[in-house]
Amino acid sequence: MTTNISTEHHHEDVMNWRRYFSFSTDHKVIGIQYIVTSFLFFLIGGFFAMLIRGELLTPESDLLDRSVYNAMFTMHGTVMLFMWTFPVLTGLANYLVPLMIGARDMAFPRLNAAAFWMVPVFGIILLSSFFVPGGPAQAGWWSYPPISIQNPAGTFINGQLLWLMAITISGVSSIMGAVNFVTTIVKMRAPGMTYFRMPAYVWAVLSAQIIQLFGLPALTAGAVMLLCDLSFGTTFFDPSQGGNPVLYQHFFWFYSHPAVYVIILPVFGIFSEVFPVYARKPLFGYRVVAISSLLIAGVSALVWVHHMFASGTPGWMRMVFMGTTMLVSVPTGIKVFAWVATIWGGKLRLNTAMLFALGALVMFVFSGITGIMLGSVPVDIHVNNTYFVVGHFHYVLYGAVTMGVYAALYHWFPKMSGRMYNEGLGQLHFLLTFVGANLNFWPMHPLGLQGMLRRVSSYDPEYTFWNVIASIGGFLLGMSTLPFILNIIGSWVTGKQAPDNPWRAIGLEWMVSSPPPVENFDEIPIVISGPYGYGQSEPLTKSQDVSQE
Amino acid sequence: MSNTISSEELHHTHDEEGNSMFGFFVFLLSESVIFLSFFAGYIVYKTTTPNWLPPGVDGLEVRDPAINTIILVSSSFVIYFAERALHNKNLWLFRLFLLATMAMGGYFLYGQSVEWEHLTFGFNSGVFGGSFYLLTGFHGLHVFTGVLLQSIMLLRSFIPGNYDNSHFGINATSLFWHFVDVIWIILFILIYIWQ
Repeated sequence: MTTNISTEHHHEDVMNWRRYFSFSTDHKVIGIQYIVTSFLFFLIGGFFAMLIRGELLTPESDLLDRSVYNAMFTMHGTVMLFMWTFPVLTGLANYLVPLMIGARDMAFPRLNAAAFWMVPVFGIILLSSFFVPGGPAQAGWWSYPPISIQNPAGTFINGQLLWLMAITISGVSSIMGAVNFVTTIVKMRAPGMTYFRMPAYVWAVLSAQIIQLFGLPALTAGAVMLLCDLSFGTTFFDPSQGGNPVLYQHFFWFYSHPAVYVIILPVFGIFSEVFPVYARKPLFGYRVVAISSLLIAGVSALVWVHHMFASGTPGWMRMVFMGTTMLVSVPTGIKVFAWVATIWGGKLRLNTAMLFALGALVMFVFSGITGIMLGSVPVDIHVNNTYFVVGHFHYVLYGAVTMGVYAALYHWFPKMSGRMYNEGLGQLHFLLTFVGANLNFWPMHPLGLQGMLRRVSSYDPEYTFWNVIASIGGFLLGMSTLPFILNIIGSWVTGKQAPDNPWRAIGLEWMVSSPPPVENFDEIPIVISGPYGYGQSEPLTKSQDVSQE
Repeated sequence: MSNTISSEELHHTHDEEGNSMFGFFVFLLSESVIFLSFFAGYIVYKTTTPNWLPPGVDGLEVRDPAINTIILVSSSFVIYFAERALHNKNLWLFRLFLLATMAMGGYFLYGQSVEWEHLTFGFNSGVFGGSFYLLTGFHGLHVFTGVLLQSIMLLRSFIPGNYDNSHFGINATSLFWHFVDVIWIILFILIYIWQ
C-alpha cells in the first residue's frame, strides 16, 4: 500500500518542470540540465561558425574585421570543445550511468550538482569577454604563447585572462565530475553487476573519466603558468626573457590530445549500445570492446607530441610518437570491426537513432584514416596548420561526436521525456546533418593539400570553389538544428506517450518507467546475465526477494 | 509496507564512508598530477635555461628549510597518533595530537614566510624566480588548506557524538596531510638539494 503511494509521489515529482531550474541533486535532472545548457552553447558556437564560413565565402577579408575573425575562430573552438562536447557527454553519462549500473544516484549527488552549475558560470565568464577592452582572446583555442601573453589591450581584465579563468573553472568542474563517475562506477554497481556485465557504454565512460583524472591537471598547471605570465610578470613561456614556449605546448597537448578520447570514448560507447538494439544482435566481442576502451585511455597518454612535429621536436622523438600514434588505431580498429560485425546480417531497423549512429560511424572511419595520415611525420610536416587538419578534426568532432550525440539523444529521448519523437522530422534532421557535414568538411581536405592555411581570413582566389561548397554545407548544418529543436520541444509537449521500453532494448534503464522515478528503482535489481542478450532467452535480472527481512 | 522498508534499507547498505574515502583518494591522485607537471616543468627549466640563477643570487640557503622539512615530516606521525587516539575513543588525546600537528604546520608556514622575506629575488626574476615561488607557494597553499581542515576537525570534536559514526573527515584530513608531506619531500630535493 505504501509502495503505491510513494510511486505516485515520485511520479508527481518527475513531472514537475521546476526541478530543471533548481539546484536539484537528482542525476537525471542534472543530466538534462547539462544537455540543454550545452546545446544552447552549441548554438552560440555554431553562430560563430556561420560568421567564419560567411567570411570565407570570398577570398578577400571583407565580412569581419581581422581581429574579430581571430576572436571568432578562438571562441568557436573553445565553446564547441569546452562548452558543447564535454558537458553534453557529461550530461548523457550523468543520466545513463546510474541507471545502467543499477544505482539510485551518483556517489556524490551534491558534488554532481556543484559541478554542473559551474558550466553556466564559466560559459558566462568566457562570453563576457566580448564586452572587455580588446575583445575576446584571439590566440586560438590552444592559446600558444607568446601570442597569448601579448595582451594588446594592456588592461588587467582582458579576453585572454577571462579565457584562462573559464578554462580553469571548466577543469575544476570536470575533475569533480571525474571523481564522481569513477567512484560511482567502482562502488555503486547493483548486486550481480560485475565489471564484465556492465554495458560497454559504462566501460567507455570509466575510461574517459580516468583520462580526465590524469590529463586535466597538466592543462591546469600550464594554464596557471600562462596566467602568471600574462598578468603577474613571470617569464615561464616568454622566449625573449629566457622562457620556454614549447613547454606550454607539452602541457597543453598532454591533456588536450587525450581529451579527444575523453570526447570520443563515450561516443564509442553510444555506438556499442545503439547498434545491438536496432540490429537485434548481441554486441560482437563484448569483452574485447570493453577492454579496448581502457587500452585507448592508456595509449592516449603517450601520443601528445604528434601535435608538435613542427615545433622543433627532435627526430627520434618524432619517430617514437609516430609509433605510439599508430598504435592507438589498433584498439580503435578492433572496435570498428566489432560494430561492423554486430550489424552484419542483422535485421536493421533504420530509425533516426540508428541512421545517426551509422552516419557517425562512417564519418568516424573517414576521420580515422586521415588521422593515420596526419600521424605519420612526412605527411604531417607537409599539411601542418592547413585545412587538411581542420577537415580531419571536424570529421571527428562533428561527424563522429556530434552525430553520435544526436543518435544518443534520439535513442534515449523516450526514456528521458516519457514521449516518442517525430520520426519524419528526425530523418529530415539526419539528412540535413549528414549532407551538410560532408559538404562542409570534405572540401577542407583538398584545400589543405593545396596549401590553404587555417586561421586566415583571406585566401588565394584559386581556393574559392571548395570554400563556397564548404560554406554552403556550413549553412545547411546551421539549418539542420531547426528540425531538431522543433522535434524535441514539440515531442516533449505533445508527443505520443512512450512505453517503458519502446525499442525492446535490453538494459536496466529500460526496465524502469519512462521517465524513471526519482530514485530510479523501487527495489535495486539483481543482475544475473550480461548486457547484450539479444536473441537469447536469459533474463537480465531476477526480482529481489523482498519478503525476507 | 514491507516493500518500502526493504528498499529503504537497501539504499543505506551502500558504504557511504567507503565511497567518500575512495573518491577523496582518486581526487588526490589527480591533484598530484598538477605537482608532477610543475616538477617536470622545473626539471626542464633547470636543465635547459642558460642563465639559471638571476644576477646577484648564489643559490638557496638549505639549513632553515631543512629544519622546516623535519618538522613537517614529523607532523605526519603526530596526525597519525591523533587518528589512533580517536580510534581508541580518547578524545582529549586526539585533540592534543591534532593541536600539535596544527602547531607544526603553522610553524612550517611561518618558517617559509621568513625565508621568502629574506630572499633577494622575486616572482619576476626570470624562470628561476617564477618556478621557485610557484612551487613553494602552491605547496604552501596546500599546507594552509591542511591546517584549515585540521582546525575544522578540532572544532567538530566538541560537537557531542560527532565522531561516533564516521571517521571520514579525520581520515581524509590525515591522508591529505601525508600527501602534502610527500610532495614537500620531492620539492625539497628538487629545489634545495639539487642546486
